[in-house]
Amino acid sequence: MFSNIDAVILARAQFAFTISFHIIFPSFTIGLASWLAVVEWRWLKTGNRLYEDIYRMWVKIFAVTFGMGVVSGVVLSYQFGTNWSVFSDKVGNVLGPLLGYEVLTAFFLEASFLGIMLFGWNRVSKKMHFASTLIVATGTLISAFWILSANSWMQTPAGFRVGEHSLLYPTNWMQVIFNPSFPYRFIHMTTAAYLTTAFAVGGIGAFYLWRKRHVSHARIMLGMAMIMAVFVSAFQALVGDMHGLNTLEHQPLKVSAIEGIWETQRGAALKLFGWPDQQEEKTKYCIEIPKLSSFILTRDLNGEVKGLKEWPKEKRPPVAVVFWSFRIMAGIGVLMIATGAIALVLYLKKTLFRARWFQLWCMAMTPSGFIAVLAGWFVTEAGRQPYAVYNVLLTAQTVSPVGVTPIAMSLIAFIAVYGFIFSAGVYYIVLLVRKGPETENDKEVFGSHGVKKPPLVTNNLGSQSGGQDV
Amino acid sequence: MFDLGNVLDLPLIWYGLISTAIFLYVLLDGFDLGVGILFPFAPSDQCRDRMMNSVAPFWDGNETWLVLGGGGLFAAFPLAYSLLMPAFYIPIIFMLLGLIFRGVAFEFRFKATGSSQRIWDYSFHFGSLLATFMQGMVLGTFVQGIEVQGRSFAGGPFDWLSAFSVMTGFALVCGYALLGATWLIMKTDEQTQAWARKCAGYVLIYVGFFIALVSLSMPLINADVKDLWFRLPNLFLLLPMPGLTVVFCILLWLDLHRGNEYRPFFFSIGIFLLSYIGLGVSTYPWLVPFKVSFRQAAAVSQSQSLLFAGTAVLLPAILIYTAYCFYVFRGKASHEGHY
Repeated sequence: MFSNIDAVILARAQFAFTISFHIIFPSFTIGLASWLAVVEWRWLKTGNRLYEDIYRMWVKIFAVTFGMGVVSGVVLSYQFGTNWSVFSDKVGNVLGPLLGYEVLTAFFLEASFLGIMLFGWNRVSKKMHFASTLIVATGTLISAFWILSANSWMQTPAGFRVGEHSLLYPTNWMQVIFNPSFPYRFIHMTTAAYLTTAFAVGGIGAFYLWRKRHVSHARIMLGMAMIMAVFVSAFQALVGDMHGLNTLEHQPLKVSAIEGIWETQRGAALKLFGWPDQQEEKTKYCIEIPKLSSFILTRDLNGEVKGLKEWPKEKRPPVAVVFWSFRIMAGIGVLMIATGAIALVLYLKKTLFRARWFQLWCMAMTPSGFIAVLAGWFVTEAGRQPYAVYNVLLTAQTVSPVGVTPIAMSLIAFIAVYGFIFSAGVYYIVLLVRKGPETENDKEVFGSHGVKKPPLVTNNLGSQSGGQDV
Repeated sequence: MFDLGNVLDLPLIWYGLISTAIFLYVLLDGFDLGVGILFPFAPSDQCRDRMMNSVAPFWDGNETWLVLGGGGLFAAFPLAYSLLMPAFYIPIIFMLLGLIFRGVAFEFRFKATGSSQRIWDYSFHFGSLLATFMQGMVLGTFVQGIEVQGRSFAGGPFDWLSAFSVMTGFALVCGYALLGATWLIMKTDEQTQAWARKCAGYVLIYVGFFIALVSLSMPLINADVKDLWFRLPNLFLLLPMPGLTVVFCILLWLDLHRGNEYRPFFFSIGIFLLSYIGLGVSTYPWLVPFKVSFRQAAAVSQSQSLLFAGTAVLLPAILIYTAYCFYVFRGKASHEGHY
């Protein structure tokens, strides 16, 4: 029995690690693919070479990120079986088709047309190349659609019945796919991916402005990023609020954990900070804003908010993880909205691209989206524990009949390999960023296949550091 | 609820579809894993650049068939998926790790400079080698069968390790190397092609040897398989298969020494197809050999119906645009970076 619990914890640790590692890449590539499509469209429309330079620089970063996303994603598609075989057996009838559709409608599209996007420059027309970028961008969104539908179903299962062998059988596919939390989660996550990309691109644009390199490229990067910061981060707050109310309706326990509220009460205060103690069943050292929690959740200053004690101890999620992850996510959201507001003010004062402190600020915000996405997933995934399928199937009942040792060893192997691969990937992305966009001067194309060959007479002007076009 | 189960034999259709997906994976990723296996033995760095470029636009699409194989098995035969994956736990994890090293090498190698490029050369080679060997071992374990109790795997963590599975591991390494070498004959020229020709010749000898060895040991391992192949009239009905395999091997051998550029790759595919059908005949109708048939493992008809409706449209579309991508990158691969 004891060893069984260990196996569950290890299997969870392994899945948490591999899926957290994986989500970093899609949350970047979903936004990046769409942004690249916009950049290429601007290039084709205006003929402005700056857009082409930006595209060519970022498509390389896209390729590295996408590659890491692919290899870490393949792992996940097999882990359902290796680590959660009982889960696969029990829910295969319901979730299987959703994942099958993800492969058929998205993965093949992305994988096939990525080849053209990266290597097809001189083999297909400009229009076909643009079409490939659009297809890849669409593929990433379709992929998000199916996987978020499957995940949402595990959060708010619908359209099924429990049948023989205590397996789950589908009764209504529309209810399965468009389960109650799916529309909110889908919009929230894709918006998060767009913001992640915007702040990463904006941060790097700000870095070039700070170093006074590639200034005209950098203005486009930062400018486009700030358009997103102004409009989309505020929109995200709205979506987040709606998603939260949806969670309150279907998973009220998770919301109580987010709020860190143990006793059911009216006029509940919003805890800005605090330390939820699962043993003592209270949240210590709180800094609170009176009545705000009730107002957010019920739109009434004296509305009732349910406390964690309404549910038996063994049904409660790890409160501290949920509580703190939520604050990290929401805190970053506030910083993003603030960035947008500041950008708007600076733009109206016509100093958006000159304010030095703002460039530093944007550089600091570069990884913000990634952290927020990870924190958000910790909230929603830790918040549904101890269930794998909410209120239907306990996580502890879904683990594979595999010994502790193989799981522990493979967890260590994944940590080592991912650590190495991730370091290398980040290193090469940093190199690409340092090199920056190649400008017209050093991008002369020689030979018949559009390949770069060193010219016989080298002209170093403007090619030493990727073009100093200040 | 939407159900095609009354008009179509869905479990059989899905058995066919999953088998096809796995075969396409074996062929498509087979040649680029094969290129990885041969990689360090190439005569020059320029050859290696050329080899890498010949598969770089395709590897991602090729690997997607593996995801379809796994995902499709989960969707159409969840019971088989949940029995086989724990049984193959360790080799699957190693395979995935191998595929990680192989996959990132494509992106990192072209960005690396100087000696650090060497790291990704080896990452590409050993990743491909590890993934292939593990796939071969999984195949060997699969045909030998696994321990099942009720609805769960009941064996130990090292059940997959046997002399037979080690042999199938080596066999698949040689098989993929043959696909890789004949792919290179088609996609490269001059020095690289000449070297690939020589490689294909050597590897073909091993492939022939392993096919014979596996074909002979299968009936010895399992009495049912022996009965199936050697019972009359089956013997005569099935005889064309090993016969045709021998013919393909001979034709391939002759082509390698006569200089045709395209035919060797398609003969290699032929050899793989026949061996694959041979294994299929031996294991039919088992999805978890000798324990659970594809009918017993099938998902409910509503689930198979939903996915089938989409697959009927999407799979032909996928095949068409995959073919288009191969068409876009037709002709010989260059040794220079494209992007």
